[in-house]
This record gives sequence, C-alpha cells and structure tokens, in this order.
Amino acid sequence: MEYILEMKNISKQFPGVKALNNVNLNIKKGEVHVLVGENGAGKSTLMKILNGVYSKDSGEIVFKGKQIQIRNPREAQEAGISIIYQELNLIPKLSVAENIFLGREPLKKNGLIDWKMVYKETEVLLKKLEIDLDPRTKINKLGIAQQQMIEIAKALSFKSDIIVMDEPTSALTDKEINKLFAVIRQLKESGVAIIYISHRLEEIKQIGDRLTVLRDGNYIGTYEVKDIDIDTIIQLMVGRKVDEKYPKETAEISDIVLEVRNLNNAKLKNISFRLKKGEILGLAGLMGAGRTELARAIFGVDPINSGDIYINGIKKNISSPLDAIKNGIGLLPEDRRTQGLIQKMNVLENITLPNLNSFVDRIFINKKREINKSIEFIEQVNIRTPSPLAKVRFLSGGNQQKVVLAKWLCANVEIIIFDEPTRGIDVGAKVEIYKLICNMAKRGKAILLISSELPEVLGMCDRILVMHEGEITGELSRQEATQEKILSYATGRNKNVG
Amino acid sequence: MLDNNEPKLILNDRRSRLDIKGNLGEYLQRFGIIIALFLMCAFLSITSPHFLTVSNLANVLLQSSINAILALGVTFVIITGGIDLSLGSVLALAGVVMGVILQNYGSIIIAIVAALIVGALCGYINGLFITRLNLPPFIATLGMMSIARGLALVITKGYPISGLPEPIRFIGAGKILGISTPIVIVALLFIICHIILTQTKLGRYNYAIGGNEEAAKLSGVNVNKCKVILYTITGLFSGIAGIVLAARVNSALAIAGMGYELDAIAAAVIGGVSQAGGEGSVAGTILGAIVMGVLRNGLNLLDVSTYWQQVVIGLVLVCAVSLDQLKRR
Ligand SMILES: Nc1ncnc2c1ncn2[C@@H]1O[C@H](COP(=O)(O)OP(=O)(O)OP(=O)(O)O)[C@@H](O)[C@H]1O
Ligand SMILES: [Mg+2]
Repeated sequence: MEYILEMKNISKQFPGVKALNNVNLNIKKGEVHVLVGENGAGKSTLMKILNGVYSKDSGEIVFKGKQIQIRNPREAQEAGISIIYQELNLIPKLSVAENIFLGREPLKKNGLIDWKMVYKETEVLLKKLEIDLDPRTKINKLGIAQQQMIEIAKALSFKSDIIVMDEPTSALTDKEINKLFAVIRQLKESGVAIIYISHRLEEIKQIGDRLTVLRDGNYIGTYEVKDIDIDTIIQLMVGRKVDEKYPKETAEISDIVLEVRNLNNAKLKNISFRLKKGEILGLAGLMGAGRTELARAIFGVDPINSGDIYINGIKKNISSPLDAIKNGIGLLPEDRRTQGLIQKMNVLENITLPNLNSFVDRIFINKKREINKSIEFIEQVNIRTPSPLAKVRFLSGGNQQKVVLAKWLCANVEIIIFDEPTRGIDVGAKVEIYKLICNMAKRGKAILLISSELPEVLGMCDRILVMHEGEITGELSRQEATQEKILSYATGRNKNVG
Repeated sequence: MLDNNEPKLILNDRRSRLDIKGNLGEYLQRFGIIIALFLMCAFLSITSPHFLTVSNLANVLLQSSINAILALGVTFVIITGGIDLSLGSVLALAGVVMGVILQNYGSIIIAIVAALIVGALCGYINGLFITRLNLPPFIATLGMMSIARGLALVITKGYPISGLPEPIRFIGAGKILGISTPIVIVALLFIICHIILTQTKLGRYNYAIGGNEEAAKLSGVNVNKCKVILYTITGLFSGIAGIVLAARVNSALAIAGMGYELDAIAAAVIGGVSQAGGEGSVAGTILGAIVMGVLRNGLNLLDVSTYWQQVVIGLVLVCAVSLDQLKRR
C-alpha cells in the first residue's frame, strides 16, 4: 500500500524525559489518521518533529516516496505539510486577515502589500468555514473558540498534502465541530491527508479512518477505526481499564456560601443564584452565553454595573481578583496559556502563586515547604513533569492544564469556579480530576462548574443553571436534567426562571 | 496513569535531582558570560602587562561601581517587562540635592537621606505614571529623564557644587578593610537585591508580572502596587548612585550621569536579563557590569580611543543579546 508519509523509528529525548521512543506513523493519501495517547504521551512532539520545530534524535521521515529532512516549519510548509498547533499562535494585535496571510502577503506590482486581495481571500476562506466575522477584526477581540477557527482557516489557506490538527476541537462547540468535520470531509475528497489529535474519543468514530496509539513515548500500534471500539482504545492508551466515567458522589450540601443578586454588567442581565457548601453547581450554555463573563464578574476581573455578591451572608465588594481570593473565591480560567499560567516560571512557582502568603515566614519564602507542598499536588493531580522546578512551557498541553488545577487546589479557597477544567485532558486523567472535584465538595467546598461538555455537566453536577445571551434561562436539578432540556434553555427556546 | 506506588518513587527521585535540574539552563546562560569574561581577561593579560595587577583590577571594579548600582536597580523594572530611562537624570538630581543641603545646612545625614528620598520619589512617580496614567514605561521614564535633569539644572543654575565634607568623600574614595567603599556598597546592594528577587514575595511577583501580567493578576497579584514599589526601588538605587558618584568626584553636577541609563540597561541585558520580562538575575547583571568595566579598561590599556570604545561596546551588546536569542531556539 502506498503511504504518502512514513515516519520510522522516531526517537526524541528532552532533558529528563524520553518523549518518543522508536515511534512509527504511516499516513495514506486522503485519510483521516487519528493520533491518540495520554497527556504527555508524545503526540505533539511527534508532530513538531514532522513540522521541523524540534529535530529528531534518530529515525527517518519518508514523504511522497523520498526521504526528507525538515529543518524548520517553513520547509515543512513548502513541502506540503501544515499544522494547527494545540497552543494557538495568532498575533493578538493584528487582524484576522493579517494573521492568516502573515509572512506571505500578496504584493501589488509596485511592491506594496495588496490589502484588497488579502481581505478578499480571507473573506472567501471564512465563508467556506461559515465563520461570521469581519476579516478586519483584531484577534484580541475574539474568544478562544473563534481563534481556533481562524487557525483552521489559516491552515486551509496553504495548499497542503497533509494537515495536522492538534486538538482542534478542545475549545469548539458542537456546531463548530460539525462545520470543521464537514471541511475535513471535503479535504479528504480532494486527497488531503489529515493527522488528527484529540482527547474527545467519540470523535474518532465520527471522523477517523485509522488510528495510531502512543503510550509514554512508545508506539503501541496502528488500527482500522472500524475494527476497534472505544473501550479497547482507552485500554491501549492508558494500559489498564478506566473505571466509571463520572465518579459522582454526593456530598452533604449545607449552608449558602455564595449568593449573587441581580448582577448586571455589559454582558450580564439580572443574574441571581445561590451556591451552597458541598454543592457542585453546573453552568451550561452555548459558546458566548456569558458563562465566562459571569465567572469573571464574580472574581472581580470585569466590572459590575449593579447587583450584589454575598459571601456567607455578608455583602462583599469585590473589585479585583485579589479581593476575590481574600474572600475565598478561586477561578480556574478557560485559557490556560494567556490567563492560567506563567510559562516562564516553573511548575512550583505557578502552583504556589495565589497562595504565596502561606509559604512566607516573616518576609522570606520557605522554599522547602513550597517544594513539599507542590510535590504533594503534583502527585495528587498526577502532573507529568521531570521536576517541580521544570519550566511550565516544557510540559505537554494537558499537563499544563493540570498545573492550573493544582494551583487552585493549593490556593485553598472555599468557593471555586472551574471554567472548562478538563479541556485537553486525557480520559484517564479526566476521571482523576472528577474525583478531585467530588472530594473538594465533600470537604465542604462550593463549586461552580462551567463546561461545554453536556455529559460532564450532567454527570458531575448536583444542580445545573443554563445561560443564554447573558441571562439565566433555566435551572434543573440533577434528577430532572437531560441534554434536551439543557439545550432548549441554552438556545433560549424555553425559560423557567421567574 | 501509573499504579499507586510508582508516582511516589519517581517523585522521590525527582526530589534528589531538583536543585541541579531546574537551574541548569540558567547556569549555562551565566557560564556563557563567564567564559566571555575569562577570555577577555586572558587576552588582556597577554597583550598588556598592566592589566593583571591588583591595583588595575581593583580599579576596574571601582570604575564599574556606579554602573553596577544603576544596573542592579534597573534589573527590577526590566524583569517586569518595563524599562527606566531616567536613571542618569535621577542620579544627577539626587546628587545635586545632597550637594545643596550640604552647602547650605551642612548636615550630612539629612543630605544623604534627602538624596535617597528624592531618588525613591522619582521612581515612585514613574510608577504612578505607568500604573495610574497607563503610560508605557518607555514614555513615562523618558519624561522623568527630562524632568529630573531639568530640576537638577534649576536647583544649581548649572553651577557645580564642589568641595564636599570629609565623611561624604569617604563614601566615594575611602576604604573599608582595604576595599574601596563603592565596591563594598555594590556588594551589599547585590546581596540585598539577590535576596529580594529570590527569597521574597515581591521578587516572585516581579517575575510573575514580567512573565504574564494577566495571569499574575488573575492569581491575586496586586500588579499595580508591585510595579510602583519596583520602580521606587529603581529610583532609590539611582539616588544611591548619585551620592556615590558625587562623593567620588567630590562635586555634585547637574549634568552628571548623562547617558548612564544606557550603560546600566546594557549591563543588565548582557547579563541575561530578558528585555521581554520575566527572566534574569542580579548575578547576571553584576557580571554584565563587570564585563563592560573590563572592556572599557582593556580598551584604555590598549590605547583605543573613546570613540572606538563606544563602537566596541555597542557590538558586544548586540552579540550578547543575539547569542541569548540563539540559545533559546
Ligand atoms: N521543549 C520541551 N522540553 C522538555 N520537555 C518537553 C518539551 N516538549 C515536550 N516535552 C515533554 O515531552 C513529553 C511529551 O510531550 P507532548 O507535548 O508531545 O505530549 P502530548 O502527547 O502532546 O500530550 P497532551 O495530550 O497533554 O498535549 C512530555 O513529558 C513533555 O513534558
Ligand atoms: Mg499535545
């Protein structure tokens, strides 16, 4: 059988980590090849080698029948390989069109940039993906899902034989995912091969033709998607059986700790709700429904126009994250790279940052206590890092997300808002995180869980609020909640709040 | 995921490797500059018989001291991702204030304290410009550069204030246990800065702000307050440098320290303090200042004109930073 791309016996060593150990990957023309494995298994590393970001220690790459050396992303692009990275790479202050054509702007005869062309081409691309956006919009005005779609548009604008998509759907809604899948099918028709990485295993069946499993940097095998079921895939990935998907345990739900009354701001309309000790309160809704904005308003990031916040029955004035933390509120933000982590700092420094006070003896930071505490959390959340002193930017995407989680566990707050906590996290680790969240509830913490994955909300929450266009349109108990009911409130078709 | 016992084991192993592993990169970065320094010294001791003498080396350190003090101060704001262009002007203003008080009232303590306060105040105002008025650091401190210089000229009407009293002269020209006072001052300041940056909350927040201001804020760091404090420290150091410089040359001049900010920033950058913020150490900064001192001294010994010295120092700066960029790949 003809392979368009063969990666043979690829190995890569990072300081302290063997990221890849004799890994193979064969891609056929016009197929969707899914690459799966736990966080830190080496998926992104393999793709970065293919793209020339990292050099391989050993092994060979055969592309279209010829052995090739790819030294940098530009060469990869010219050869016909383009990639959508897991961590978005757009330039915030440039417009959508400028980002898409960055570094290859079409020129007019006089040598100046042909902006008309740039905007027209961008418009065509956006239309193809049904993205409703002005090409002149600045990237920093866009949400993370929209940015993801722009990355996809950018990759499509190169005429490539292989397109790598590293977790393209982790931030997308079902509707956008469907659009993406439609585009992928089109690309397949025209003979483009797609290498597709995702932790949403249900997608494998929807879109995949074949799949390759990696575990701990080792090559496990390549399979036809139609011959294999999800449970087997999980077992191959994790190396053991994963028990129950949502290990929900109901905690004792007691006093009201957080009450929001008639909260209004630019994005929110008359929000009122109560959150109790030991409760996991879900916040569901479509992208742009205002869930993140609500979290940010409570956490003191975005200003409030009117309305009150009560903590343990006492009215509080929260005007900055610092106030919020002092009042026992924590927020795990949705975008780990720009909001959750400081990439230049190490794992330990990131984990202890919100709660640094508790590590200070008189005026000095007690490093020993910091190390011990952070190791405790690294173990608890199972972060794969060679050391607590490793820089966060060297961790795999999922492990970075776990650092953000550890950070807020360590902050020791009473009320914690999780904004998409399991984005980009592998199946096994997800279950661990759900267990952690349940444990927190059991220890009397109050939890507000924002998630776009309905099964997650349904599986984990004691009660669910649904938002639509900045308003709470519905409230459902665990018993009465179903996907259909949530969706009918989320789309604004239905309302049950007086 | 691994079974229950395994993670513990790995982590214990990690614990033992901690100290070496985490800092390896930083050490390498420092080694680069140490090797460069060593090569320079080796070259100079071969080409000039005067270089490797105790008196010349002591001289190098003494002549680097003002630059070192300014560079230590500016390290804080460079780590926040900012810059301070007012160092030289604030130095002059502080020196002049000290001179005027000495001339008119003669109280040494008050004169010194006033100079320090003036320095800190200028830094504080820089901080307010940046955090309250939302000015970019470049613009805010460019303004202060002009304001402080102007005030120094206004106060002295352009005349030098010379003939400072003996105890002040000690700060510039005296010796403690055989070591020149300015060198002792630099050593003390270095230790203090190092402790602040590595052992205190302020230091940690400094790196956090420079690394990712948004994430720092969302982690409960009071970014504005920290920035104001850090700019104030930088100003205070300029004040100290102003006192030492006036003491060394035995006069307070309104035109002292012109262009010193650029040397100080260069020293920090040569020492590996990242202009983008979030990275760097005062050990690097001190080494950077010494590299510049040795370079100047060596070029003098080799009879290179001061004009060419400018050219060479510029080249070294560019090389150091581009090496740093290469290492990041
Ligand atoms: N530049 C780097 N320096 C050091 N270690 C690295 C670097 N990049 C990746 N690693 C390590 O290599 C391993 C594999 O990482 P990789 O990013 O390929 O994982 P992944 O399979 O993409 O995981 P995820 O699903 O979490 O994105 C991890 O242990 C990671 O910490
Ligand atoms: Mg990855």
